[in-house]
Amino acid sequence: MEKTNKKKVIDFLINNGVIIVMLILVIYTGFTSKNFLTWNNFSNILMNMSPRLIIALGIAGCVITAGCDLSAGRMIGFAACIAGTLLQKVDYSGKFYPNLKPLFPNAPVVDVLLVLALVMLITAAFGAITGSFIAFLNVPPFIATLAMMEIVYGLALIYTNATPLGGYLDSYTKVSTARFLGISPLIWIAIIVAAITWFIFNMTRHGKYMYAIGGNPQAAEVAGVPVKKTLVLIYMKAAAMYGLAGFMLGAKAGGASVNLGLGYEMEAIAACTIGGVSVTGGRGKVSSAIIGVAVFELLKAALQFLGMNAYSQYIAIGIVIFIAISLDIRKYVAKK
Amino acid sequence: MAEYKLELKGICKSFPGVKALDNVELHLRPGSVHALMGENGAGKSTLMKCLFGLYHMDAGEIYLDGEKIEIENPDQAMKKYGIAMVHQELQPVLARSVAENFFIGRYPVKKYGPIKIIDHKTMNSECKKWLNEIGLDFDPKEMLGNLSVGQMQSVEIAKAVSMNAKVVIFDEPTSSLSDNEVETLFRMMNDLRDKGVSMVYISHKMDEIKRIADDITVMRDGTYIGTWKAEELTTDEIIAKMVGRELTNIYPERSNTPGEVVMEVKDYTSIHKKSFKNASFNLKKGEILGFGGLVGAQRTELMEAIFGIRNIVSGEVYINGKKVKIKNPKEAMDAGIGLITEDRRGNGIFGCLSVKDNVGVSIYNKNLKYGFILNHKKINEIVTSSIEKLSIKTPSMKQHIANLSGGNQQKVIVSRWLATDPEVLIMDEPTRGIDVGAKHEIYEIMNQLAAEGKAIIMVSSEMPELIGMSDRIYVMCDGKITGEISDKNEMTQENIMKYATMFN
Repeated sequence: MEKTNKKKVIDFLINNGVIIVMLILVIYTGFTSKNFLTWNNFSNILMNMSPRLIIALGIAGCVITAGCDLSAGRMIGFAACIAGTLLQKVDYSGKFYPNLKPLFPNAPVVDVLLVLALVMLITAAFGAITGSFIAFLNVPPFIATLAMMEIVYGLALIYTNATPLGGYLDSYTKVSTARFLGISPLIWIAIIVAAITWFIFNMTRHGKYMYAIGGNPQAAEVAGVPVKKTLVLIYMKAAAMYGLAGFMLGAKAGGASVNLGLGYEMEAIAACTIGGVSVTGGRGKVSSAIIGVAVFELLKAALQFLGMNAYSQYIAIGIVIFIAISLDIRKYVAKK
Repeated sequence: MAEYKLELKGICKSFPGVKALDNVELHLRPGSVHALMGENGAGKSTLMKCLFGLYHMDAGEIYLDGEKIEIENPDQAMKKYGIAMVHQELQPVLARSVAENFFIGRYPVKKYGPIKIIDHKTMNSECKKWLNEIGLDFDPKEMLGNLSVGQMQSVEIAKAVSMNAKVVIFDEPTSSLSDNEVETLFRMMNDLRDKGVSMVYISHKMDEIKRIADDITVMRDGTYIGTWKAEELTTDEIIAKMVGRELTNIYPERSNTPGEVVMEVKDYTSIHKKSFKNASFNLKKGEILGFGGLVGAQRTELMEAIFGIRNIVSGEVYINGKKVKIKNPKEAMDAGIGLITEDRRGNGIFGCLSVKDNVGVSIYNKNLKYGFILNHKKINEIVTSSIEKLSIKTPSMKQHIANLSGGNQQKVIVSRWLATDPEVLIMDEPTRGIDVGAKHEIYEIMNQLAAEGKAIIMVSSEMPELIGMSDRIYVMCDGKITGEISDKNEMTQENIMKYATMFN
């Protein structure tokens, strides 16, 4: 009896190893650096997490169907650039469209929302194209999204001529700097998107079909699941979320360049898997993405506070991914 | 020299829940072709896999040239004892050359100090030499994938010869060969026999057995029935020995009465030449319609085509006299058809999902609030009631289906389809891989459904099951429907086997 209890404890520790190590690191950092456990820092971490969570939630859909999306990072960059070119101050000297004037000078928020909608529509259209290649022409997701990654980057370069953008309208940067009930709109957006995603995953046909396709695509087809349509929708939805994330990152940075978002797709895929989204498909929750992104951002922040060299941080992140995924896979392999 | 080249004695092998081999023996004379016969599931392939070291037998002894040997793995069987196997389904590397496949795992190398480099020249010339040895002439550099299945088999045989194999196992080698290729194969086998090689030949095709075999061993239900000289037995006698078993009464009493024709299938022909052709049949309300035949008779393919998973060049389906168009499973479901597939793991269950999701997947469409929110309450009710109705043993509907037994998984899939309320339910090998108790429960469910007026098609390779459960039986062979048996008295294993082996 004592033995089984001991085993249970060990299992619990191993199964939640990454989270436990993370908490220990956070507590340790909290004790050693006095500014770490402050509201200000916490708010900062949450603001960093917000766009990344949205990307991770988008990619989670792809990963649950045993796919991936390498085009996310470039879509984010393109989205941030489009939003940036359309939301610059009227008197800014390096304006991309010198003659562009706000459509609604008295209600600048409307302009910002319109641009957001436009950006999301554009990226969603690209996502629909990628999804169609995957669903109808059976191109493996890895390759299809790789192709789209190249195309989107090229389009972003042509569109901006590789010029960095800045001088944003206050109404745009306020998406990051404003405070509603004490927290930034960025965080609110992430909360809302997480809630909507949870709803889609659990309360709609689409979500159930997604899990079914990831679990066993042949069985899904036999069971009458509209596999192709669902796949297109998943990649389209994910791309719209990258558009939103790009828009948010632009607002947060107060500027953008084509290289914004580079490599974020890898971080998002890693975050999903750390949180428990299975790359072999069929498994994963909204909470998985939240945990994964939190682990990543807390790790980065803690290492920074502990004074770790910025270059070495990459190595630390790599090691965490190795360990986390090995532990996660262990849960499923051991069952056989 | 020992009387027998190879002897297997008292071989036993169990899989969880099944005794696949029970005290089986085999005596292989030098320089002979020994046919190993039996129904699907009689244990022929299992026995050969034990011999080849793919399975480890639980009990039994193997003697080679009168000496007892232990075979650990295929590599050892091949290299140490000269036992080779030409598989039922070949597993070659299609994207590499003939020579590379020929020498796979034993590539000739040139040594430059510590560095070893593959010697392509020797590889190609050696391969060519061995191919010529058995009268074949193709380019060793040809990509294997460009060859026909028969040619690939020939390469396997040449490989066996090159490795100085003394015993060669052929597991249904002719199932996908053209007539010409069969001739080539037989010529090669005759040559090998002249060279003193002993061969085990597994096939269902009686005419081939009569042509090529010297001895015949018959197996049934994992047991050894006997060994005879080929000329001592007639085809009918072989069949009688293969099927001669008593029907056990695991088939429950039925109270259904078949009524009007509910579904009619006309002239179904696959886009693949080797698959089903010109299949026409009808199905009545409240009827259990059996589909018999050997493995590979294309029954599954026909059913999947009716369900819209496979493509056809011609064919029509009528439901209640009305023509329906079925291009995908969704349309089949709309037409009132359900399909429980043969390969439960492959395209039946969603292993990592719950029992609820496994049942619900086919009905999420129809249980929505406001047109898009899942009505979880309603779905839970449906799932709970089907768990009760089919007495599925699961702690809760949230349990992962992978944790259930095979029989309970099958019942979950039955509930998935019952939830869609189909008129026609196609069950492909509904009791495969489940234990006797669960089989009985599945039979009872089928009877109950038939009594409620549902029409059931049951594809089954187990003849007692076909005879015990069906109101009427169609038998297929080689893609064609070769017989219909509607008279209960005519439903004998001999009759079914006769139709099932009606090649051309």
